[in-house]
Amino acid sequence: MSDTTATPDEAAPVFYLTDEHPHAEGASTMFGFWLYLMSDCLIFAMLFATYGVLGGSYAAGPSPKDLFELPTVALNTTALLLSSITYGFAVLTMQRGLVRQTQLWLGVTALLGLCFLGIELNEFAHMIAEGAGPQRSAFLSSFFTLVGTHGLHVTFGLIWIATMLVQIGRFGLIPANRRRLMCLSMFWHFLDVVWIGVFTVVYLLGVLR
Amino acid sequence: MSAEAHDHAPPENMHPGHAEDEGLHVTLRGYLTGFVLAVILTAIPFYLVMSGAIPDKVVAAVVVMAFAGVQIVVHMIYFLHMSPKVEGGWSAMALIFTLIVLVIALSGSLWVMYHLNANMMPMSVEDMRNMP
Repeated sequence: MSDTTATPDEAAPVFYLTDEHPHAEGASTMFGFWLYLMSDCLIFAMLFATYGVLGGSYAAGPSPKDLFELPTVALNTTALLLSSITYGFAVLTMQRGLVRQTQLWLGVTALLGLCFLGIELNEFAHMIAEGAGPQRSAFLSSFFTLVGTHGLHVTFGLIWIATMLVQIGRFGLIPANRRRLMCLSMFWHFLDVVWIGVFTVVYLLGVLR
Repeated sequence: MSAEAHDHAPPENMHPGHAEDEGLHVTLRGYLTGFVLAVILTAIPFYLVMSGAIPDKVVAAVVVMAFAGVQIVVHMIYFLHMSPKVEGGWSAMALIFTLIVLVIALSGSLWVMYHLNANMMPMSVEDMRNMP
């Protein structure tokens, strides 16, 4: 105690964290979004666990072998994988500040995402038309929940891409828009990571079973 | 944790690890490397299952899962730009925590439910077939 009073020219020691400290605008957005993705990851983990438990309960209904067509799934996977690399190109052009090209690559990404979604909805429609809807068996309930949740995420990603196209068209590649595009980048690539789990666990292992 | 680092930093500075959020190392080379690896790691398991190259189903399943695991790591590094340095290590910390919860939830669910199914099913398969 006497030490601190003896040297008044030195700043008094602070033993607590002051609440206010400078933050650049949006400095913690990326980390916050990463935490959101991690929580989303847990949602998918639960759905995978559900599918893992119920995936073998066909209730004398159709099994994965009867329902899944791997060539369609391969096409689907290709669309999503290609959309990942085109989003990468969008990020690269964004970093070089090229507005038109960034929009172009975002548009290509959205088209590939739409292809993915179209193929998936078509597959769902076929299954439901064949009487293999979500109410048929525990396997199909968990299948539609897991794959449907992923499809829903892709849908929201597409809405986000459309929003960003408008935003960039209006305001250009301002720092806020760059930050949003980087968050969307994480979101989009994260969906691709989840899809790896889906096509492996649901489709490939389902057909193997 | 961050309180210690905070004391040493001059007050006009940002938090450690906050400064380089857009300074992510993003290169065309990285994306292309990731893409080529991802294509290879996707194509091989599809080929293995569609052609039935591995007759033993358990072995095939393990191999396919292994490819998926490697591909997820590739996506994490090349597309999500994960590294232990991002955000001063906090992203990696969150990821590790998530992975631990994920492994516990997945393995726990599968393990418990498998044994419940195996030990508590009151009916035989024949009974199940003749159920109304």
